[in-house]
Amino acid sequence: MIGKHKVGLVVVLPSIVAIAIFVYGFISWTVRVSLSNYNSFSSLLRGVYRFVGLRNYYRIFSDWRFQTDLWNTLFFTLFFILGTIAMGIILALLIDSKLKGTRVFQNIFLFPMALAFVVTGTTWGWIFNPGDFPKDPMGINLLFKQVGLSHLQWGWYTTTGHIGPFNIALIPIIIAAVWQLSGYTMAMYLAGLRGIPNSIIEAAKVDGATPWQLFWKVKFPLLKPITLSAMIILGHISLKIFDLVYAMTGSGPDNVTDVPAVYMFELTFRANRYALGSSISIVMLIMVAVVVIPYLFYSMRQQKEVKL
Amino acid sequence: MNQFDYRRLWLYALLMAFAIFYLMPVYVLLATGLKSLKDVSVSTMWFFPIHLSLEGFEGAIKKLGPNLKNSFMLVIPATLISAFLGSINGYIFSKVRFKGDNIIFALILFGMFIPYQSILFPLIRFLQWIGLYNTIGGLVLTHVVYGIPITTLIFRNYYMEVPDELVEAAHIDGAGLFGVYWKVLMPLSIPAFVVVVIWQFTNIWNEFLFAVTVTSSPVKQPITVALVNLAGSQVVQWNMQMAGALLTALPPLLIYIFLGKYFIRGLLAGSVKG
Repeated sequence: MIGKHKVGLVVVLPSIVAIAIFVYGFISWTVRVSLSNYNSFSSLLRGVYRFVGLRNYYRIFSDWRFQTDLWNTLFFTLFFILGTIAMGIILALLIDSKLKGTRVFQNIFLFPMALAFVVTGTTWGWIFNPGDFPKDPMGINLLFKQVGLSHLQWGWYTTTGHIGPFNIALIPIIIAAVWQLSGYTMAMYLAGLRGIPNSIIEAAKVDGATPWQLFWKVKFPLLKPITLSAMIILGHISLKIFDLVYAMTGSGPDNVTDVPAVYMFELTFRANRYALGSSISIVMLIMVAVVVIPYLFYSMRQQKEVKL
Repeated sequence: MNQFDYRRLWLYALLMAFAIFYLMPVYVLLATGLKSLKDVSVSTMWFFPIHLSLEGFEGAIKKLGPNLKNSFMLVIPATLISAFLGSINGYIFSKVRFKGDNIIFALILFGMFIPYQSILFPLIRFLQWIGLYNTIGGLVLTHVVYGIPITTLIFRNYYMEVPDELVEAAHIDGAGLFGVYWKVLMPLSIPAFVVVVIWQFTNIWNEFLFAVTVTSSPVKQPITVALVNLAGSQVVQWNMQMAGALLTALPPLLIYIFLGKYFIRGLLAGSVKG
């Protein structure tokens, strides 16, 4: 360290100013819009700001579509995190089994991470496209027909079926999201598994631990910090998920696959209801902040070096 | 066969099953993309085409070609500028420091997590005001600014590993603030630059939300937006769409194939997608 310098501040000042404006300034601006009457293009053009308090928030929370969005986000987040973490652990354990050729498999499992969400959405959208089944099925439904499992055909992301508030049309999107991100959690867990000292594993084996016990009693507890990071990272991705849903299904019939980001986009950029759109985005920001801020403080206090 | 071999067999079977799941979309992309349109609609979706047809790819290149170019025009400057900015910032936040730097760093870092929806409307208004709305330049600016947190973080973590003695020695030898950066840290930071460049390239290439809102006219839009718009046409030409998806995926995929090691390092160094 060279020592504290005022010059240091000068050098990073452009970045600080940029973040101050583009992050904090713009968030304040969005908050201001969300408390206004800017719900049409003409009201924006006139530019007469009328403060309406929390009326926009009241309106979105009593909006049936937004309520559906919140339920969808809840279930999507839950199953997406569970699925991605479970897959990540399974894949990491398989790769860590020290078989020959695991390197190739590792690369196969991780490659979806390099793809755009819109590519994933387009591709899986085609795979899960139900077609006009049972008469004229497409995608997976067609595959089911060809292998004689026609009774397994269903509407995938076009169905309005639900279990309580859980829209089952979300399942194909969850599968696509898990497909894309499980390689990432695999990489995290793999790094964790390789960091466990061999002596600990050997000691447990000497004590007669079965592979099952070895995992649940020894390895999994040691991987806890990784599980926590994975949950935070995946959680904040799923709270603001947009591209994948937009490219794969859009909001779907009866909004079965709608999420806040899609609704926000349509309100703001298709319907010119800027104030309502802004209030949804602020709700999204609060949800993400609740997840991320405590974690940021926690990891900054834990170590000088912030690793996320 | 002894028990050990059984275990190995099982593990390979499992690995193979998972590999099929992960590669299946690639197969579908190729099988559909290489069919002619009349072959796609019939019941052969899951078969590899008997007659390979480049109809889909020709159509996709014709429709998405200009957008492919837009993506390169966006990604290359945005990546280079944000790597440079991140490196300078990382140096200051790790080796120079100033009063209150930790709290400022935390505030910068938070910018990486915000849902961009919460700044989107002001961003568009701002870009309209400075005349960069609906331009590639506007997208470059956007990605450079919102790339500051992640690039600063990666470089800061990297420079933390450089021993302070090295920096101090150069300082005592008379190197100034920039001399230390230029002579000591820069030459050491090639790996960090590779990681950041790959990371930013992939993320900006794949990005959709800014792309669809900042650039409104189809001739200005990056390829991710054009791909989604392909689906919007009346008759969905699946072969062209899958070929388009493959085209969109190709540059990041090539990077992954040839520079995977650095890609994973970026992923683990402080990675957040979306």
